[in-house]
Amino acid sequence: MRKLIIRNGRVIDPANGLDKVADVLIEEDKIAALGEKLQVSGAERFDASGLVVAPGFIDMHAHLREPGFEHAETIESGSRAAAAGGFTTICCMPNTSPVNDNATVTSYIVDRAARHAIVNVLPIGAITKGSAGEELSAIGSMKQAGIVAISDDGRPVMNARVMRRAMETARSFRLPVIDHCEDLHLSAGGDMHEGIESVRLGLRGIPAASEDVMVARDILLAELTGARFHVAHISSRFSVDMVAFAKARGIAVTCEATPHHFTLADADMPPYDSNYKMKPPLRSACDTGAVTQGIVSGTVDAIATDHAPHAGSEKMQEFEKCPFGIIGFETALALALEQLVHPGKISLPRMLELFTIGPARVLNLASGRLSPGAPADVTILNPDRPWTYDVNKSASKSRNSPFHGRNFRGGPVATIVRGRIVWKVET
Amino acid sequence: MPGGLLGIEPLDRAEMEAILDRAKHFQRQQVEGRKSDQLRGRLLVNLFFESSTRTRTSFEIAAKRLGADAISITASGSSVDKGESLVDTLNTLGAMRPDAIVMRHAASGAPHFLARYLPTPIINAGDGTHEHPTQALLDARTILDRRATLEGLCVAIIGDIAHSRVARSNMYLLSKFGARIVLCGPASLLPVQLANITPGVTLTHDIREAIRDADVIMMLRVQLERQHEAAFSASEYFRFYGLRLEHLELAKPDVMVMHPGPINRGREISSEVADSQRSVILNQVENGIAVRMAVLERILSN
Repeated sequence: MRKLIIRNGRVIDPANGLDKVADVLIEEDKIAALGEKLQVSGAERFDASGLVVAPGFIDMHAHLREPGFEHAETIESGSRAAAAGGFTTICCMPNTSPVNDNATVTSYIVDRAARHAIVNVLPIGAITKGSAGEELSAIGSMKQAGIVAISDDGRPVMNARVMRRAMETARSFRLPVIDHCEDLHLSAGGDMHEGIESVRLGLRGIPAASEDVMVARDILLAELTGARFHVAHISSRFSVDMVAFAKARGIAVTCEATPHHFTLADADMPPYDSNYKMKPPLRSACDTGAVTQGIVSGTVDAIATDHAPHAGSEKMQEFEKCPFGIIGFETALALALEQLVHPGKISLPRMLELFTIGPARVLNLASGRLSPGAPADVTILNPDRPWTYDVNKSASKSRNSPFHGRNFRGGPVATIVRGRIVWKVET
Repeated sequence: MPGGLLGIEPLDRAEMEAILDRAKHFQRQQVEGRKSDQLRGRLLVNLFFESSTRTRTSFEIAAKRLGADAISITASGSSVDKGESLVDTLNTLGAMRPDAIVMRHAASGAPHFLARYLPTPIINAGDGTHEHPTQALLDARTILDRRATLEGLCVAIIGDIAHSRVARSNMYLLSKFGARIVLCGPASLLPVQLANITPGVTLTHDIREAIRDADVIMMLRVQLERQHEAAFSASEYFRFYGLRLEHLELAKPDVMVMHPGPINRGREISSEVADSQRSVILNQVENGIAVRMAVLERILSN
């Protein structure tokens, strides 16, 4: 039997309220035991003295671009970047070509991931056929093929009646509905957050209200249908307030925040730098603060990257022509430490909750915890290790990050997926 | 201005005063019809991705008056039609070693984006709805031909402010010189944040309030392609935001009426006003050459 023992680390498992120096024993692809000075023979040994041992990180929002856009990313390259960021599970959005709106595409992704990915890849299925917002896709069949949620990320369902039916269907199959909340009529033509910066730069604005009206609509529909509704990449203060309100009312609403939305505001963008262009856009400092406050207060359930690779030539254009999105796997943990933990806004265990059991609960996954019998997905990190992000060394095929050259304190050290060490930091 | 002229926002008052002073010198040269050879051997490329008559011609004449060689390229009929990217187009032109590139583009920030990758100085001749720096400089020259200073003047800018690069550049310039700026237009074309991009700016939706006691009235062209965003029909727009003779009585007696052109008579300005004694629209065009000579001299003289 294949055994791996992680010795002497500070084991933090938020799902089980655990935070102590201990050993973690893995047998084959499962967590076998957890305790002090475990007696084991014939095990591979990982010395985690001075390091933190946590459940494997789960990124519930990523774009792997395969099938269809392999020039920007593949399931393999994306999984390597994810492992380098400490992620053991990543969920890929369906806006591929073809769109993942049927079991055949889902099976293709699952199969490609089994052959080429070095981390767990869980597909998210499209809500509507072609993500065109009209006819529901084959949601039940996709669930059988392996999807963990449905979403028309990037091309949100505008018709409230269609969304209602989608929520009802998702409820039947016990899937959460993830919505990229954006009223496309209000945001049409916009390139950045609507505010003083967009006015100054002469760029067309995307008002925060375009997000808020959809969050409000979907909360009401979740209440109506009893579905589980998850707000993707929440970025505006009103939306955070509305999610808190809905949760207080007992409506099944959850939300995620991206590192860039709690790190950067619109005013941080060097003029017309397309590596700062994404949806939702970087909003005002007030909104950035509200997202952070939502993390502190518990309104936010998960940190997700919205890793969105684009080839260099696509981002080397006039700002208004550049596609939306930035890569995010490799900087997520470091940004969370920098923005949330080191300044004392949240504890390290709370931060780890947002990367592990938080998303696992939203998606109803067995991972995200170090319970005996759970999948042996483990992330080992050093919260204080100094390092500098060099995007040119990224395992991703793309380079669109605003964090190139940033000096960080703390990051992942090793990534263990189903009992195997798939990535270790270069020392 | 090392590396070109991308906008008014980054300039300080002294730099602008130096250009305006030199422009005054070149005004005389203009009147006398003299040509100098101080920029002989220098090559200027005018690259216009958007249609333009006055700005392109004005830059060409300015370059020739100083003895420089100038060639103009418009996007239609060029390699841009064949799908070449902006960076590749500019790199191609850059390889022909011009001393500067004058560029107009429909996308805000296009020259700023290129300036990061190209060693050739870029002069912004209008980028999208962002800035049009030489327009603001020639407007300032035109006002200063008739007033001792910009400080304390009350300038009303009226029309589609949201989409106006002329308005933004003028706001930055006038604010740095201590003028008071009143912006006027329908709310859909006048985002409230404009009041905060530079000091000394107030907003109103009432043209009469904007014009009252104004020293200068700057009218902006109604951009037909944006009309749907105004939520106003053309006739309704002219009724509430068009400048007519009766309005001028509210302003200072010696008010000047300016317009960056091209004007749409009967849309944002009545014919009577455009042709009135108070109009300095053609003086603006004339000053465009002198101001651009001053800008080219500054950028192309070593």
